[in-house]
Amino acid sequence: MSLLRTERLTKHFGETRAVDGVDFTVNEGEFLSLVGTNGAGKTTLVNLISAFLSPDSGRIFIADRDITYAPVDERIRAGIARSFQLVNLFDDLSVLDNVALAIFAREGKTKRIFSLAERDTAVTQEATELLGQFGLAGKAEGLAGGLAQGERKLLDVAVAYALRPKLLFLDEPTSGVSTREKAQIMDTVSSVVRGGGITAVVIEHDMDVVFKYSDRVVVMHEGRFLADGPPEEIRQNRDVATYLLGTDV
Amino acid sequence: MSAPRAPSLVRRAAAAAAVLAALLVVPAVAGTYQTQLLTYGLTLAIAALGFNLLLGYTGLLSFGHSAFFGAGAYAVAFMMRYLGVSSMELFILGGVAFSAVLAALLGVVCVRHTRIFFAILTLALSQVLWTLAYKFFWITGGTDGLRVPFSKVTLLGGLVGFPGADAFAKFITSYYYYVLVAFCVCVALMWLIVHSPFGKTLQAIRDNETRARFLGVRIWRYRWLAFLVSGIFTGVAGSLWVPLNGLTTPDVLYWPQSGKIVFFAVLGGFRNFTGPMVGAVIFNYLEVYAVAVTEYWQITLGVILIALVTFLPSGIVGTAARLSARLKRKRGAST
Repeated sequence: MSLLRTERLTKHFGETRAVDGVDFTVNEGEFLSLVGTNGAGKTTLVNLISAFLSPDSGRIFIADRDITYAPVDERIRAGIARSFQLVNLFDDLSVLDNVALAIFAREGKTKRIFSLAERDTAVTQEATELLGQFGLAGKAEGLAGGLAQGERKLLDVAVAYALRPKLLFLDEPTSGVSTREKAQIMDTVSSVVRGGGITAVVIEHDMDVVFKYSDRVVVMHEGRFLADGPPEEIRQNRDVATYLLGTDV
Repeated sequence: MSAPRAPSLVRRAAAAAAVLAALLVVPAVAGTYQTQLLTYGLTLAIAALGFNLLLGYTGLLSFGHSAFFGAGAYAVAFMMRYLGVSSMELFILGGVAFSAVLAALLGVVCVRHTRIFFAILTLALSQVLWTLAYKFFWITGGTDGLRVPFSKVTLLGGLVGFPGADAFAKFITSYYYYVLVAFCVCVALMWLIVHSPFGKTLQAIRDNETRARFLGVRIWRYRWLAFLVSGIFTGVAGSLWVPLNGLTTPDVLYWPQSGKIVFFAVLGGFRNFTGPMVGAVIFNYLEVYAVAVTEYWQITLGVILIALVTFLPSGIVGTAARLSARLKRKRGAST
């Protein structure tokens, strides 16, 4: 059953067709990878779906509800969350507070003005457990700005995950980290996300990561879909080999 | 980089109790004049506390907080002049109401913008109020202002008044304790606010607006609420200040008053809870003694401001906290 659907979604930047009439479907429970060369339109597509950008034309549906022009907070309530290519954290807050804030937001508790945040044991406990799942329990009290790059990437995902979305977009969760860290991050993310029964769309450049962790791979090229299928099929695709991998099948 | 560990709640409470104990004995050990000076300092500290909810915790620099300070002061003066009110408690309620309405209205315009645009808008709107206070002189008293004589003020629902020959000294002592209680209440409330989910959300907006938006936080709404709360605290400060001063004039609405409030925060350090309050109290002494020493007192304050921004960007309290942390690390390393 499809969780997300776009119809002829289009976004142009001047002469550049960043997303060009894309029909995109994400099925419930999938771990999908969105791949393509730089400028292929992957991040723009995610930006359109998450309300970071407005489309020029086309429609976006989540569980058959039209959210094309819904503001960010409404899309979050509809079940969409995302992480960012350049890590977006609250650097001057503690690691625990970063996650706790997402939980407060999800629970509609951010307007509570005369109660101590740390006294909300349910939120603190959930945030602590979640940090444990992401391997960050030992860092909970430290400032988010003091984490190493790999840990920051994990926290970025953890914050989005704490919203308990139906659909989680992860924009290059392994960019800027070492090969060893990539495997650690993807093992953790994949296990937590799959364990939580959340549908995920991952933008990724590293094809080893893509083929190892994905149920389905969608390849973009110049704002359009070049290929769509399971990893093995994509690996054998001649167009993908030419445009993306730079090899022959 | 490792995070500096926040002092425990017990240590904080002990430090606060020590400061409170020292403040409680001031009228007994210091003269009327020093008590009066400290009372001024405490009222200004409440304004700084309110101001810093915007600057330190929400990341918005207001150059228009004189509007709320003046709103609180004029609310008291209007109530005394036109309604014959003498109760300080009613004055405070009036100040809260007046500054809240003003902050709610100005906030709608200002919080849609950030950085220099926010600063300029707040400055411009406060200047409009200053002009109105001048132009509507038949209501505001114009440059002569409105008098709020202490002898007409009563405390604790009329239980404490100040008639008689030695009334001034009695007023200063009683009013000092009154302001001290108000100050403690304001500090406790603000501490609760900045440590609440709402306060954490403001800090999140300050640190990363984009991420906060993608948690579903409606940024404008939270900034508006912060603006409102900040305005109310500053209004309360204005209401408490005016019986002490005995008079309110359009000067309290003029931009240098806003500049002073910014100075409090820079002097004490706006990235910590106590900094702006300490800055306000110290600034008050600096201003009083600089005026007494030289007619060029503004130059003195200007030099201090330049030195602060250049050498102590985290302010007095911020720098003291950093030095203390460094000292502890050194001690830890040597043992």
